Amino acid sequence: MPRTLSFQQAINEALDQEMARDESVIVIGEDVAGGQGAEGETDAWGGVLGVTKGLYAKYDDRVMDTPISESAFIGAAIGAATSGLRPVVELMFNDFMGVCFDQIFNQAAKFRYMFGGKAETPVVIRTMIGSGFRAAAQHSQSLYSIFTHIPGLKCVVPSTPYDAKGLLIEAIRDNDPVIFFEHKKLYPLEGEVPQELYTIPFGEAEVVREGQDVTIITLAEMVHESLKAVEALAQEGVECEVIDLRTTSPLDEETLLDSVASTGRVVVVDEANPRCSIATDISALLAQNAFGALKAPIKMVTAPHTPVPFADNLEDLYKPNAEKIASAVREVSEYQAWKATASTS
Amino acid sequence: MESDSIHKLTMPKWGLSMTHGKVVEWLVPERAEVSAGTEVVEVETEKITGCVESSKCGILRRQVAKSGQDVPIGGLLAVVADLSVSDDEVNRFVEGFVLEEACDESASDDIAPEFVEVGGRRLRYLKQGEGGQPVVLIHGFTGNLDNWLFNHAALAQQRAVYALDLPGHGQSSKDVGDGSLDMLIGTLQDWLDALSLSRVHLVGHSLGGAVALGVALRSPDRVRSCTLIATAALGPEIDADYVEGVVEASRRKQLKPYLERLFADPSRVTRQLVHDLLKFKRVDGVPHALSKLSKNFVANGKQVAVFRSELEQVQSPTQVIWGEADQIIPSSHASDLPDPISVELLANCGHMVQMEAAREVNQLVLSFLEKTD
Amino acid sequence: MTLAKDDLLAAYRVMKTIREFEERVHVEFAAGEIPGFVHLYAGEEACAAGVCTHLSKEDYIASTHRGHGHCIAKGVDVHGMMAELFGRRTGLCGGKGGSMHVADLELGMMGANGIVGGGPPLVTGAALSAKRAGHGNVAVAFVGDGGSNQGTTFESLNLAKVWNLPAIFVVEDNGYAEATSSKWSIGAESNAERARGFGLHAVRVDGHDFFAVYDAAGEAVQRARDGGGPSLLDCQLNRYYGHFEGDAQTYRGPDEVKKLRADQDCVARFSKRVTESGDVAESKLAAIDQEVLELIEDAVAAAKSAPKPEAGDLLTDVYVSY
Repeated sequence: MPRTLSFQQAINEALDQEMARDESVIVIGEDVAGGQGAEGETDAWGGVLGVTKGLYAKYDDRVMDTPISESAFIGAAIGAATSGLRPVVELMFNDFMGVCFDQIFNQAAKFRYMFGGKAETPVVIRTMIGSGFRAAAQHSQSLYSIFTHIPGLKCVVPSTPYDAKGLLIEAIRDNDPVIFFEHKKLYPLEGEVPQELYTIPFGEAEVVREGQDVTIITLAEMVHESLKAVEALAQEGVECEVIDLRTTSPLDEETLLDSVASTGRVVVVDEANPRCSIATDISALLAQNAFGALKAPIKMVTAPHTPVPFADNLEDLYKPNAEKIASAVREVSEYQAWKATASTS
Repeated sequence: MESDSIHKLTMPKWGLSMTHGKVVEWLVPERAEVSAGTEVVEVETEKITGCVESSKCGILRRQVAKSGQDVPIGGLLAVVADLSVSDDEVNRFVEGFVLEEACDESASDDIAPEFVEVGGRRLRYLKQGEGGQPVVLIHGFTGNLDNWLFNHAALAQQRAVYALDLPGHGQSSKDVGDGSLDMLIGTLQDWLDALSLSRVHLVGHSLGGAVALGVALRSPDRVRSCTLIATAALGPEIDADYVEGVVEASRRKQLKPYLERLFADPSRVTRQLVHDLLKFKRVDGVPHALSKLSKNFVANGKQVAVFRSELEQVQSPTQVIWGEADQIIPSSHASDLPDPISVELLANCGHMVQMEAAREVNQLVLSFLEKTD
Repeated sequence: MTLAKDDLLAAYRVMKTIREFEERVHVEFAAGEIPGFVHLYAGEEACAAGVCTHLSKEDYIASTHRGHGHCIAKGVDVHGMMAELFGRRTGLCGGKGGSMHVADLELGMMGANGIVGGGPPLVTGAALSAKRAGHGNVAVAFVGDGGSNQGTTFESLNLAKVWNLPAIFVVEDNGYAEATSSKWSIGAESNAERARGFGLHAVRVDGHDFFAVYDAAGEAVQRARDGGGPSLLDCQLNRYYGHFEGDAQTYRGPDEVKKLRADQDCVARFSKRVTESGDVAESKLAAIDQEVLELIEDAVAAAKSAPKPEAGDLLTDVYVSY
């Protein structure tokens, strides 16, 4: 039987194995050990949801707790990266990027270019995304699109334990700044993860399921919602191709265009807000480069243009799900150009 | 539960990770006659599509699983029985079977690969069957012990059959030293020592065939017989572009066309097959190991090691099996071999002949084993 | 602390090079030869020189938008800097950075920085690298009085203290953040006072006096090298030019700069002290003056004749690999 780990364990294992392999890898963040200076355990938390649990016991001073001081410790991780270390810094929730954004997009992202190609900044910023925890507007966003917009950053958004381990190891070994977005709903997800160290290259989307009728382009938790949706659709005779982006920067345009060239029908599924997002970006990419292949308008299934609400019924409404995805796919698969023309004439 | 008069066909376990299979198509209608070895139903796993054969003669009385249905390993696919068995008895058999299914599945879980440390390298191997004169299956370049998924169990009915992952392959250590064929041959010899296997039948595929030949030449007393399947080292010709491509390709789209050259029927190459090789190539140390091995295996478009002139010295009984449609190493390498060597060419099969014509290959190997035990 | 004659001459060469570099950039900018935003360090030379005399190329510094002086003091190539300011392909950053982003990581110069308060967190990280490497190296953040009011600076002071890092924060309080007086914008009595509140060793220093800076920095650097943690120097000094070139400086008092140049000039004070003490002959300084003028002249000529970046350069150096 193949070995399985949870998404969370896969990330922990990637950190553990890379720290064992390379002395220059250090882990920094709020409570990545937990309990510093207190009377009880000094390895109390292992990160707010326990992802780094156990690393402090093994690597001691290479797992560094910080004050709640994101500008300083994210900046410090970036400065350390330009001076010989390979920090993996945990920024708890990606919503907190606001307080240290300068260090990420004006400093880390720009060094290489503005210093004429002479700087390398091998830093990884791990951060949680995602709604569904009733955590409301400041702990539930999915902000990868903002970072995808910025040249100089790489953005990784894994959806499976296997990918999480391979992409994180790739991120740690990569010499550019990488933002590694972990959907907190995925932490308990179990999946096959080899014990050995392995890497998954950036910029390679994964065709999770092949199908000839409609292409669903998605990422993170929405990969799983999409897969739920396509099971029902297959019963109805609609075979969907499901593509998991895995990284939004670099973006695997080729796989998207290849798929759309054969299906001609596209649904983009993204949990994030819809304005200037990865969903609109992909829609624009396809409209510009695959117009001839399209048999129906591109459909986006996203959150609305609102903050993430608190009340459970509202949050459920906010979030895309299998049902919404299925109905978008039906609409796209049934669309016929002549009917649309007839209805508007 | 199986009686003398009622024979069951169950979902086989092809490869370590298989948990279930999907019935693609019935090749034999109900009420039709089947004999031992008749391919009855086509089954698709995530990795590969294969055929389940009847092990006995009789009438196909019941197609229990329907086309498109997922069946767990050990699950009942069909019932074969003579007409002397009544429909009621067949019904009772089918109804009674469901209860045993769980036991069957847990039994198949007992087969688990093991590891042994040989010369500083950790090698993985899988043993099936017990007793008899043991057999060792040696896979080819970029392969692993799962390459024998249609053969391993079938060959292990009467004896212990080992399949191992060569250094740099499968889950064995990725350290390939100087990457030479000598290293592979030496490692196999050391592995035989480590498992206290003093005398074995060797079955090698492709590069694994060259390894088997090497062991037979170096330690003739340890090799009871040699079965060389689409073997390397019998001539210089090889699809060097395949070897290079399979090492270099990093994406599904690049890799798939190369893998399709392995089979006469390219539709044998499933998504999962490509995916598994890609996954393997991403493991730390694998790209380096493969590139090192490939440089020792093929240079300037030709195989580096050719043992043809040394075949006369091989003392162990040897048979050569080849797919006529092999695109990687030409089946013409099976021509004009020294006399005691028997040659079997299988029509409409490619390089992975042990997969494409599993039944024929298994029969050839089994009868050769019996002859040479 | 006493300096050998060669060290004094070296320090003088640094200050003089900064001064002549800035005076010439002032002229070239006014003539329209240098594009963009330029912030001149003239008047503050003693601070950069006094601190960096203690540093080797294995030590780190991060600078500000007013960064030319720090670069020169850390040993960055003047030709490369000048070409960079002119936006030339031969510039230190290939013409992609300009005045505000001159950097030379090989020399531990982590970059001038266009973001006020951008440097201290980075230096905290470099200090962490230095601490982990265990070779006794240090990291220095230069910050203006403007930057001293940024949260990034406060956070970095705290983190450097919490992690006990070999970091030195040098506040160059030149009296103005852009057009706003530091007497008004710094609510505390001084930055030294603030730093003590964070638990750092801190002193206020006359930034016009090379020797005062040199001594204070020497203590701070030694403390850091010995594992004694971070310090802050609160250097009081003045700039001779505006916030940026083109600033009419109407916010400054009448003849303010004229008086500063006459009474407080750090280069003049240095010359006077070392010649009067008999440590250095005037002729030695005059010889350095001549060499520096020639260097700057040569750097400007080279920059002017150097090619601009090529169109293809637009798309390179965004990532190491992509």
